[in-house]
Amino acid sequence: MSDTNVSYVRESMIAPSEPPLRETGIVKWMRENLFSSWLNSILTVLSLAVIWIALSNLVPWLWHSVWNTGSLNECREVISATYGDLEHGAACFSVLGDRWHQLLFGFYPSELYWRPILTFVLMFVALAPVLFSEHVPAKLIWFSIAFPFIAPWLLWGGSFWVPVLIALGFVVGYIGFNLIAKVSTASLGVIGGVLVAILWWAVAMPAVNDGLHRMVASGRMESTLSEQKAQLEVLPEELAALNAENEVQTATINGLLNEKAVLLESITQTRNAGDEPSENLLSEFETVISDLSESRSILFELGRNSFALEQEISDANGMVAKIENLPTWEVDLKSAEALAAELKAELPDSVKGLISVAQAEPGTSAEDIAALGASLDASNALVALKRNVTDAYEQIGLVGLTPVSTRAFGGFMLSLIIGLAGIVLSLPLGILLALGRQANLPIIKGFSVAFIEGFRGVPLIVWLFTASLLLNYFLPPGTSFDLVLRVVILVTLFSAAYIAEVIRGGLAALPKGQYEAADSLGLDYWKSMRLIVLPQALKISIPGIVNTFIGLFKDTTLVGIIGLLDPLKLSDSIRASTDWNGIYWELYIFIGLMFFVSCFSMGRYSLWLEKKLQRGHR
Amino acid sequence: MTTLTDPPREGFRLSQLIYDTRYRSLTIQTIAAILIMLGLSWLVLNIIENLSALGKDFSFSFLGTRAGYDINQLLIEYSSDSSHGRAALVGILNTLLVASLGCVTATIIGVIFGVLRLSKNWIVSRLAAVYVEGFRNVPLLLWIIAIFAVMSEATPAPNAFRGDTPSATMKLWDSIAITNRGTYIPEPLFNNGLGDLLLTPPGMFSDLYFEVSIDLVAIVLTLLASWMVVRLVNMRAHNIQNQTGDRPTTWWVNLLIMVVPVGVLLWGLGFDLGYPELRGFNFQGGTKIGNSLIALWLALTLYTGAFIAEIVRGGIVSVSKGQTEAAFALGIRPNRTMRLVILPQALRVIIPPLISQYLNLTKNSSLALAIGYMDVRSTLGGTTVNQTGRELEGILLVGVFYLVVSLLIAMGMNLFNSSVKLKER
Repeated sequence: MSDTNVSYVRESMIAPSEPPLRETGIVKWMRENLFSSWLNSILTVLSLAVIWIALSNLVPWLWHSVWNTGSLNECREVISATYGDLEHGAACFSVLGDRWHQLLFGFYPSELYWRPILTFVLMFVALAPVLFSEHVPAKLIWFSIAFPFIAPWLLWGGSFWVPVLIALGFVVGYIGFNLIAKVSTASLGVIGGVLVAILWWAVAMPAVNDGLHRMVASGRMESTLSEQKAQLEVLPEELAALNAENEVQTATINGLLNEKAVLLESITQTRNAGDEPSENLLSEFETVISDLSESRSILFELGRNSFALEQEISDANGMVAKIENLPTWEVDLKSAEALAAELKAELPDSVKGLISVAQAEPGTSAEDIAALGASLDASNALVALKRNVTDAYEQIGLVGLTPVSTRAFGGFMLSLIIGLAGIVLSLPLGILLALGRQANLPIIKGFSVAFIEGFRGVPLIVWLFTASLLLNYFLPPGTSFDLVLRVVILVTLFSAAYIAEVIRGGLAALPKGQYEAADSLGLDYWKSMRLIVLPQALKISIPGIVNTFIGLFKDTTLVGIIGLLDPLKLSDSIRASTDWNGIYWELYIFIGLMFFVSCFSMGRYSLWLEKKLQRGHR
Repeated sequence: MTTLTDPPREGFRLSQLIYDTRYRSLTIQTIAAILIMLGLSWLVLNIIENLSALGKDFSFSFLGTRAGYDINQLLIEYSSDSSHGRAALVGILNTLLVASLGCVTATIIGVIFGVLRLSKNWIVSRLAAVYVEGFRNVPLLLWIIAIFAVMSEATPAPNAFRGDTPSATMKLWDSIAITNRGTYIPEPLFNNGLGDLLLTPPGMFSDLYFEVSIDLVAIVLTLLASWMVVRLVNMRAHNIQNQTGDRPTTWWVNLLIMVVPVGVLLWGLGFDLGYPELRGFNFQGGTKIGNSLIALWLALTLYTGAFIAEIVRGGIVSVSKGQTEAAFALGIRPNRTMRLVILPQALRVIIPPLISQYLNLTKNSSLALAIGYMDVRSTLGGTTVNQTGRELEGILLVGVFYLVVSLLIAMGMNLFNSSVKLKER
């Protein structure tokens, strides 16, 4: 018995065996995630069907897309020539190649595209210290502070001292605040500082600006005149050369068009006969089309250059005329001033102080009305003359970038300008409104509530119409300012009301102990808000604030309705042009994608920031 | 007896207005009030001066004058001879129509996708996420214009339905025709109808008369009455359940009560459907729904639905897991847990932002302007303003209309909030 060595206890473990097939890998995942119940299985099948339908329509459409034609008809010709009859058609993204500059920049002069592009790049540099504070050098924040002054100058142009003068307004305001706060309280100091700054911007700044322009202009008057005259000799020749080249290109294009028509004819005949056209024919067709698109872009470039040259010539002409006229204008100005003052002094009592003929009482005699009319005409002429002189000096004394009028702004550039300006300006205003609504001061509280509810209760589009139609009623007679600026102001006020509500939620969510702790430390109101309450309240409100910003950026598309050239408005005009009449998906997909990318990334940033600021409350 | 030492009594000094916190708020408020009044009076003075410089006055009498323009989508009788006031009313009704249609469908879509996004099914939740992110991050105006462009350019013209082999056919057993001029659906007809009731407000508002279809009122009243009876039946069933523990089956009784009276009424009124038919160059009969209304409705629904989906998801997620576990521990089945435990708590979180989405939808319906749907902004704030030159009054009225709507909704929301507020000790 002893040599039987049977052990009943296992001495070594067997290796764990593989789990059964249905409990591992993709099968298990599918069983758990896709087919866990009959409802789930139905949903999965339905979803797969939806995805299949979407892709089977979209992929061939995108796959056969055409990028280099000059019009929708030509695009369709190319598609039918190369692919025959397609079930789902094909995308004509040529519209983007043809019109991308409009969709991005509106009618901004193309030789100046570097300015918005530079502004766009600088925007990221300026945003970096604000958005990713620990990853960039702290000193960069100074650039972020300077950026709001640099960006408008880059975009609108003008003399380099204008942004400096505007920034000086803040310095002057700060000095005023300090002086007043020293002798009284901080709140009075704020009011005083704001008043001082407004005085600077409204009164001192235009005078200084005009003075500087006159100073520079008087120094370079002669040299500018001779320079412009020399330019006027040379430029027409250049223009003629360009025009000759233009004709050559047009002839080339016409030749290519003929060639294309012949090729298309033979391809269609082959297809109609039921055969597939030969490789050679197709590749020849393709070459013609790409040559055509190349010639067209050359022609476009030529047209742009000759347009710029014409512009230059007319500018030079205008400049020469202005310089030559300036002495006469200045003499006229004196006599016009005298005339206006005289007529005003002689006005009969019944119409004194009126600013329009329509204002006169019904019984006023015809002579009095005539006198009023003459006086008003004289003062209008004076204003116009003054403006002429100032404009002339401004143009001659310009030291900086060529001015670009707001009417030329459009496309995504405009959306970004309005959106960013609104975002930057509405946050501080929203914080102030939220604090006002929380404050213990009935009048300020009432004002904030009325402001917030008033702006939130009415759709943005009504406010935009207010900006375009009604704002002139609320301002002193005769004032008018830029439509973009008006829109920015109303968009800012509108989103400030929303942000105020979001921040109010944050303030209310903060435990009362935080307020009391700040008070018990002896901090005054502004300090306790700045150091204790707002940092926590803002942190809570980040998702809401970013959502408001996203909403604001999307709402910039509404400015098209009051006549600004945002991407959607431009897409309307592209769709109305003869070349691209009937196109829609391609344009809307492009515009939608641009907005999607910016809004989605804003949303992701807010998620990231929320996670980063999470302190893990006990 | 302990006595508190009184602080030394001093006379009021002027400097206390600035340095003493008891008086400082008064100072600040007085200054603020003066500044606000100054600002407001500056604005008002400017308006007066500008108006008189233009030779205009401030009056609403233009509302009584002949409008002289046509409106394509009408809920009440209107012609170009009606007054501007009636045009405004048509616009208001159109706004309310698209807003209420949109609220209903957006809620349905939003709830479905909000729940689907929480689904354990990977594909389904991803698809729902694609929908939500796609619509939330693209401007609403783009959706409206894109859908409108597709509706008017990709749909067939009425004459495509003509001929022996038409290139387009009507949908749903020849009852719906989708054309580039609009969609035609069957209309309800009452062969022995009771006619209309004319409601005319007195005095200067006589142009704002209403025609109420008595048939419709009768149907609504019958439905309401049936619903009350159903509630009674349910209450009785509930009582029996409380007493005996057995609940009598009520669903077929309820169904009968809801269906039979209305059915009898419809039969009595000679209810019939008038189908659209191709006659001449266009469809006749049936109700025409303009493409602009459909595009606006669809876009508002899909856009707001994406936001509502997020709200619903957030609300359901906000109910802590312990609640579900507690319900399971009590032996309650999953769908009853959802209905009795999770939803009531989630609704408390969902409803306030949901209502503010309704508000947003109503305000966003003013984008109708971009595609020519005549809502209040396009009639009163658009064509009327252009024709009469009364931009100040017109836009003021439009603003007041929206403000009143949003304040009413906000008031309703506050009432709801206080009624469902957690009663804490």
